[in-house]
Amino acid sequence: MYVAVKGGEQAIDNAHKLLAEARRGDPAVAELTISQISQQLGIAVDRVMTEGSLYDRDLAALAIKQARGDIIEAVFLLRAYRTTLPRLGVALPIDTAAMTIERRISATFKDLPGGQILGPTFDYTHRLLDFALVVGGEVPVGPLPVTMADPEAVPRVTDILGAEGLLEAETADDDQPVGDITREPLAFPADRDVRLQCLARGDEGFLLALGYSTQRGFGKTHPFAGEIRMGTVAVEIVPEELGFAIDIGDITVTECQMVNQFKGSKNRPPQFTRGYGLAFGHSERKAMTMALVDRALRTKELGGEVTAPAQDEEFVLSHCDAVAASGFVEHLKLPHYVDFQGELGTVRALRRSCQNAAQEDGAKTEDGDV
Amino acid sequence: MNAALAIAPASPLLEVRGVGHFYGNRLGCQEVSFDLYPGEVLGIVGESGSGKTTLLSCLAGRLDFAEGRIRYDSRSDGLVDLATLSEAKRRVLMRTEWGIVHQNPRDGLRMGVSAGANIGERLMAVGQRHFGKIRAAAGDWLAQVEIAADRMDDLPMSFSGGMQQRLQIARNLVTGPRLVFMDEPTGGLDVSVQARLLDLLRRLVADMSLSVILVTHDLAVARLLAHRLMVMKGGHVVESGLTDQVLDDPHHPYTQLLVSSMLQV
Amino acid sequence: MSDILGGYNFAYLDEQTKRMIRRAILKAVAVPGYQVPFAGREMPLPYGWGTGGIQVTASVISADDVLKVIDQGADDTTNAVSIRRFFAKTAGVRTTTKTAEATLIQTRHRIPERRLTEGQIIVYQVPNPEPLRWMEPRESETRKMHALLEYGAMHVKLYEDIVHFGRIATSYDYPVRVNGRYIMAPSPIPKFDNPKMDGMPALQLFGAGREKRIYAVPPYTRVESLDFEDYPFEVQRWDQSCALCGATDSYLDEVITDDRGGRMFVCSDTDHCSERRAASDEAEGDGIRRPVEEEAAE
Repeated sequence: MYVAVKGGEQAIDNAHKLLAEARRGDPAVAELTISQISQQLGIAVDRVMTEGSLYDRDLAALAIKQARGDIIEAVFLLRAYRTTLPRLGVALPIDTAAMTIERRISATFKDLPGGQILGPTFDYTHRLLDFALVVGGEVPVGPLPVTMADPEAVPRVTDILGAEGLLEAETADDDQPVGDITREPLAFPADRDVRLQCLARGDEGFLLALGYSTQRGFGKTHPFAGEIRMGTVAVEIVPEELGFAIDIGDITVTECQMVNQFKGSKNRPPQFTRGYGLAFGHSERKAMTMALVDRALRTKELGGEVTAPAQDEEFVLSHCDAVAASGFVEHLKLPHYVDFQGELGTVRALRRSCQNAAQEDGAKTEDGDV
Repeated sequence: MNAALAIAPASPLLEVRGVGHFYGNRLGCQEVSFDLYPGEVLGIVGESGSGKTTLLSCLAGRLDFAEGRIRYDSRSDGLVDLATLSEAKRRVLMRTEWGIVHQNPRDGLRMGVSAGANIGERLMAVGQRHFGKIRAAAGDWLAQVEIAADRMDDLPMSFSGGMQQRLQIARNLVTGPRLVFMDEPTGGLDVSVQARLLDLLRRLVADMSLSVILVTHDLAVARLLAHRLMVMKGGHVVESGLTDQVLDDPHHPYTQLLVSSMLQV
Repeated sequence: MSDILGGYNFAYLDEQTKRMIRRAILKAVAVPGYQVPFAGREMPLPYGWGTGGIQVTASVISADDVLKVIDQGADDTTNAVSIRRFFAKTAGVRTTTKTAEATLIQTRHRIPERRLTEGQIIVYQVPNPEPLRWMEPRESETRKMHALLEYGAMHVKLYEDIVHFGRIATSYDYPVRVNGRYIMAPSPIPKFDNPKMDGMPALQLFGAGREKRIYAVPPYTRVESLDFEDYPFEVQRWDQSCALCGATDSYLDEVITDDRGGRMFVCSDTDHCSERRAASDEAEGDGIRRPVEEEAAE
């Protein structure tokens, strides 16, 4: 006799125990520490902080450990934690012109004030597995310390172009309230502040594919990497009781400013247009791809026709969040047997009426033959 | 056909005064004025870029025009000003009293649903809830536009260009509109297919005493369908009058050029 | 009660968020069937797994509520267990499996068989709140269609079903018109449950977390399933009765018993089924009606 499945609770408890065991792996192998993750898997930590939209290396490292290295799961953990945090204040906009630079490159000029600074990059490495890392133990020695350029000697490429009027000016209207996608539902058409917030939290893989598609002709924007800079910037807040800005710490960010196809009219001389990307930590691919998609999403505003997926804000913004996407894709694992029963009933009934009709037709034909 | 004109009542269905529209600095059309009476077919002719499509878009409520006034005498609300009409009311007009026949039938049809559903949609949109009656009406209309009844459940995808265009016309006319906008309805069709469609349009317009605003670059089409003509060039109306008058005795040099180029063919 | 789970507020959400959601709920109740956008929070459960329903429940639950959570009609499916635990942990409220006893019922994909009563609230988990989505993928356009009552497209779908299948082939998430105005997705409940929504004495709330929408059907509101006059709305029927309780009027799940076509049908509503079985046991016994046996405590 059939017994209805009971004990879901016990099953869940057991599953969680198995998960804990699997996460730990062989106990004979030393357990990862949070500092190991944050030090040695730094780029994974940066990505989790960026898409989790919470700058905390230790919490991000903890999330990665708890998620067994599943980055989307780690982002989800961090987001769920973030949403419970009180808001103590709102920071002033960070000033990337005043960045203490670790890396700074421009693809648009051979040389420029402040120079090209490669910094710690995978670029120009030959992608050969380094078997020396299997054993490890040796502490790599960095280059001789160089005196870091004074931020003022490293102007942003966009400011250089802007001074000549070659690049569209981009001055924020301080009277306009800034949207907050974590506090207001997304509505279309969305303004650029909201679009950039969505993109900043958006899944790197999804945005990478979209950015790539614009390069292959699905919404061409003719981008040049005007500048990519990575380094630390100060975060400042203005406490109400003080009335002036105080520095509450430094964060590392990567900024990418794409310089795109120019635009102009009879009355306005042509100017290059911008695409902007900003991410926590050393997240260069994310910042670049964000800048490409930002520019693609400005197509309508710049008088173009929206034809490609990357230009379609409803398509991009509604689908770029990995936490929402993975939740909904994976919800297909939940039981659906009530609905499936409905479908089964319908298909069976439709098949029956088809077969009956066929039989009747057959009978008629036989009658006709007689 | 001219009977419709003879019995035209005193008040116009559509009243257009000084309508103009600019795309940035570029002129779309300017200072267009005319009245359209019930049962009347007005042809707007001109080469591409003359402003005729811009004007049609202003008239059909697809473009917010910058200058002038357009008033429509609606069945439900009397005289309404299109510039200030709410989008809700405009959409109701679109699916009840108006029809739009696009040059490309793909723009006016739902390509993913059957021909019958394409015709039935407007009926369902205005509250018809009897499947049998909707189907019967769809069947009638397929017959009216000379499409075989057994194609009712097929997708428009499987239709020829001419059939798609006739289906689009049926889809528009099923709710008995009073005013139909047609944008190059015979464009992109073979000459023989065009002739058949023109015959059909002429019959339907007369039978239903439809008012039509017909945009075309083809003077032959205009001569067959339109009672009156407006000739446009560079965004302005350069000549207007009864179709026969304009075509047989063109006054404006541009009209003369148009007419002579047609006759030479 | 408020610190059942250390560090979190009663029922997890902070009070400002609850107030924001309650405002959305009030608006939804005032405009039956209209989808109210709300600033959905990230929940510690995945999107698509009931985050909308959980936020609605968390906003209306109070310490003296008795909560029932079902998924597919059953109290013991894993996701139902998980959500019930969440509220037991974060709100410390009493939970129950009995429909009659519950003041608040969160559900995924079913409405209990027992008629809900005044004072009860049923919260539906909604994956896709937009009934017009299949015809029109754009939110900006569907909102206009609702606002301007452009619902012709919805019937086109039903028309096409009849043309192709000889009947309306939608079996779940069957669209309804609420209070003669908005067309609404009832969430993926089987159409079998649609008639229960009509004039229901309980308050019906719908939460879509991922899509950030809340909508509602107030008590005693007209809910009509869309149909044609000559192809009226019909619910599913079975030739079989429940193999456990013998019910002939409940929604049945098909259970495969072997790989040679063996199958049986049982009530999808586990509480309904066990109540019926308990009642018939008594009838066979001394005829005295006793309270139904308590389910294992959570």
